[in-house]
Amino acid sequence: MSDLPANARVVVIGAGIVGNSVVGHLADLGWREIVQIDKGPLPNPGGSTGHASNFIFPVDHNKEMAMLTLDSQRQYEDMGVNVTCGGIEVARTPERMEELRRRMSSAKNWDMEAHLVSPAEIKELVPFINEQILLGGAYYPTVSAVDSLRAGTIFRERAQGLGALQTFANTEILGIETHRGRVKAVVTDRGRIEAEFIVIACGVWSPRIARMAGATIPLTPAVHQMIDVGPIPILQESGKELAFPIVRDMDTYMYERQTAGSMEVGSYAHRPIFHSPDEIPSLAEARLSPTELPFTADDFDDQLEDALELMPEILSGAEIKYAVNGLLSLTPDAMPLIGETVEVRNLWSAAAIWIKEGPGTGRAVAEWMTHGYPDLDPHASDIARFYPYARTERHVRARCAEHFNKTYGIVHPREQWASERNKRMSPFHARTQALGAVYFEAGGWERPHWYESNAPLVGEYAVEDRPHEWDRRWWSPIQNAEHLAMRERVGMVDLSPFVIFDFTGPGAANYLQRMTVNNVDVAVGRSVYTPLLTESGGFKADLTIMRLDDEHFRVITGAFDGPRDRHWFRTHLPEDASVHFEDLTSAFVTIGVWGPKARDLVQSITDHDLSNEAFPYGSTQPVDFGSINARLFRISYVGDLGWEIYVPSEQGMPMWDRLWEAGQAFGVVPVGAGVYGTTGRIEKGYRLMGAELESEYNPVEAGLARPRVKDAEFIGKDAYLKARQEEPAATLCTLTVEDHISPRDGIKRYPTGREPITTPSGSRIVDRKGRPSYVTTAGAGPSTGKFLLMSYLPPEHAVEGTDLAVMYMNELYPVKVAVVGSTPFFDPKDERMKA
Amino acid sequence: MRLLVCVKRVPAPGARINLTEDAQAIDARHLSFTVSPHEECAVEEAIRLKEIHGGSVTVMTLGPAEAEEQLRYAVSVGADQAALLVTNGSDWDPQATAAALAARIAEAEAADGVFDLILVGNESADSGGYQVGVRVAHTLGRPIVGGIKGLAIEDGFVSARRETGSAVEVYRLPLPAMVAVKEGINLPRYPTLPGRLKAKKAEVASAPASANPGGLVMNRLLTPAEQKTTTTILGRGPEAAPAVVDLFEELGLL
Repeated sequence: MSDLPANARVVVIGAGIVGNSVVGHLADLGWREIVQIDKGPLPNPGGSTGHASNFIFPVDHNKEMAMLTLDSQRQYEDMGVNVTCGGIEVARTPERMEELRRRMSSAKNWDMEAHLVSPAEIKELVPFINEQILLGGAYYPTVSAVDSLRAGTIFRERAQGLGALQTFANTEILGIETHRGRVKAVVTDRGRIEAEFIVIACGVWSPRIARMAGATIPLTPAVHQMIDVGPIPILQESGKELAFPIVRDMDTYMYERQTAGSMEVGSYAHRPIFHSPDEIPSLAEARLSPTELPFTADDFDDQLEDALELMPEILSGAEIKYAVNGLLSLTPDAMPLIGETVEVRNLWSAAAIWIKEGPGTGRAVAEWMTHGYPDLDPHASDIARFYPYARTERHVRARCAEHFNKTYGIVHPREQWASERNKRMSPFHARTQALGAVYFEAGGWERPHWYESNAPLVGEYAVEDRPHEWDRRWWSPIQNAEHLAMRERVGMVDLSPFVIFDFTGPGAANYLQRMTVNNVDVAVGRSVYTPLLTESGGFKADLTIMRLDDEHFRVITGAFDGPRDRHWFRTHLPEDASVHFEDLTSAFVTIGVWGPKARDLVQSITDHDLSNEAFPYGSTQPVDFGSINARLFRISYVGDLGWEIYVPSEQGMPMWDRLWEAGQAFGVVPVGAGVYGTTGRIEKGYRLMGAELESEYNPVEAGLARPRVKDAEFIGKDAYLKARQEEPAATLCTLTVEDHISPRDGIKRYPTGREPITTPSGSRIVDRKGRPSYVTTAGAGPSTGKFLLMSYLPPEHAVEGTDLAVMYMNELYPVKVAVVGSTPFFDPKDERMKA
Repeated sequence: MRLLVCVKRVPAPGARINLTEDAQAIDARHLSFTVSPHEECAVEEAIRLKEIHGGSVTVMTLGPAEAEEQLRYAVSVGADQAALLVTNGSDWDPQATAAALAARIAEAEAADGVFDLILVGNESADSGGYQVGVRVAHTLGRPIVGGIKGLAIEDGFVSARRETGSAVEVYRLPLPAMVAVKEGINLPRYPTLPGRLKAKKAEVASAPASANPGGLVMNRLLTPAEQKTTTTILGRGPEAAPAVVDLFEELGLL
């Protein structure tokens, strides 16, 4: 084996499926001088790839994961290592049957073949199953199993064939050198390599390697138990590696997968078992491999009974030939960790990626490193999504412990975490708590979603409840009542989770011009709402910028996107120190005061002139309330008159009290994020990053293109100009649900979001770029008397009055296009906000 | 036919064995535990004999409370009863171990009858003293042979085969007797799912091991210097075939 080179363009650490696909795709994209290093031997270095079950169930509710999986499956297919065998998710409970109906919607969204099947049909597909205990199942003919080790070799050979790659096995990383916050070199037991980029694709060891550079990759190695049972005559007689569909026994969190003459039984039902990356045994110390740890049989015994119940004929006689506690990577939110680390420039993470999404994620990382952003929006996989508190080992373990058993669980789209709560709290938390706030988490903050103290408003406003438990879960009719009270009187909204960045210095204006679509070179005291784009013209962020002085700008962005936006801004700062960046999120808290009586309320506690003339819409001014030093920003995400009131954190409590006391005369109500984030927003057609806005769509399609384009250059300008010349492939529309009655159950149902929008007869709608129409946000519009949906629609359907359908729980409900573009469905001329 | 198998819980290490800081034991933090391959075969042999001649198989061990795991494994593949002599966790020397086992066996025989055949592994996988079986046999006054790779019971005798370099020795022992078997006598089965579930519920007769003085004291463990392995590439592609054949011949595989 040749010696290590002294220099490389990029060093990729890890030769599992992820590292291999990264080097393959980097080479394809023109990268050369790629060096790949692994501590173990090839082709199986001993990481999680080596013991993976290697099967792919493509259907996922999460779009990003579904797309990554689909791309991966196609890549495996192209490499000739994909064996299609089909798969069935079986249901033992009525709740699971409902969940499988929901899966049908997701399958339709992402164009994956799926059918509900009866117990008898399952028996036909899997003759050795005990169908007596099943209520039904979902059959996915495209489920496949892959040879991930062979795929890895093909990726490497592809890169080697291009003269782009040198791979060094049996080489251990001892350190990563950095210089001025940037990677400089890797140090190995066989020498040192200077490199411009380093990619950590080390699976369960990634946190340990990242720490060598002072960076964090928040994942934990966790055990997934599996046993291999055989020989089983019916499987042996098939003469195939996979003659029968893979069965996921969803209610017991288990799967049964044929491996030639035996059956692999795997489980996500056992207690969460975590390991530390520093304590995983080395290849030499491990009996099998570092990630195949001793089987802890006690943890699996209950699952044996479940497996025996499902497949008694074949499992009762066969022997348990192999059993391991296989290690895999878990993250706090069960999504991968890709992108540049937030701590060290040019240090990239490609971690917490499973076999089924490996090649697709490898491609995304390579594109990201090459073009500045991947084709597929990596929003939910971006490693920059975590705040510092969420990068701690305690948080990672607590959240992983909570979601491990939900791997096959039924997870509600609005479901809240139970662990690691009360970690970020508003200074006036005690006040909202006393008002009976029901808290949802927003970027780790406890944010009131509705207030139980508002329960009497439900009767007052005659708000209808929801009859189905699923639709009512993590929801309350109080939300709609709060909404109506705010529209009639005035509401106070806890906006403490707002993320606040200040940019100062002589280069600040030019820098922000380069970052944003809309012109930020406005008068002091004015503000701009603007998208931020990727180079290819898709959405990277949307946020609001206030100009506080000639060389002083304040950016306000949402709690969910704060860390991602922070990383984007920081990595684009000029090198010449002409712009100073400061994260003031913890310095200020914000209270929103909105409603027709908002001006009366706020004016009652200050002499500052708040009239429309003195304080017009979109402007910001410092205002003192007695000795409280506030800044008021006249803007609204709920579409009503009022202000965002920013005060130093330590004055948050007195400010809340002042407003609350004064508000009593005006009938003030505390209003939760159910209104702020959904009902108020959707009535006004306001777009949300991660819901409507993603990098696959551009401002023209989202209805956010302004009449003119600023002269200044900005990221994504060329693509944006081009998009303005074309007819949009799809336009974001607001739709109304015309009939809520379920044909099956005869009761009213309410979609939760991400359901397919179809033709009235249920055909998929796809735009000319191949993007399906689906619900980006669903929510009540209490002031409109309608339940509203937002969805991108291609031109032939994006016509007001068009009848379409939404597919919810495998049933069609009629909907109608109410608004094409960004005109609000409620108060289309914004008269209320600008009153 | 009453059959007894004695086993010992030992760590199942990888290629490199780490010691605890005080060098008194193997660092087993990341290791699983097992019994020696010889003992696995002894359990299997007892179960096969039971299948032929009827009767019951008892499996016995002296060790920490955790050694219950090894007894349950034996039950999962077909043993009927399990007896655990609980120690404080330290590794007892062969003399003390044998004395405690013999005492417990004598007790069991007094209660339920003599064991026709007691099987042990040829030696333990960790300390490899080759002593416990012989000492137990001596204490109980039974004949014993070791290194056995074939067993048959007929007319009150057990015949035992031992392979030497160039011949096969066959011993005939009157029952009750003891035999120390070697790996290769059979291919042990794995547990079935119902077997594992049965083992989970099985009762393990657990009692403190009677402490006896032993004559052997361990000072410390030493790890031998790591053996350097070298890789010789015999060739590539079809050209490598003659060299491979030569090697196979040298190894006696052809």
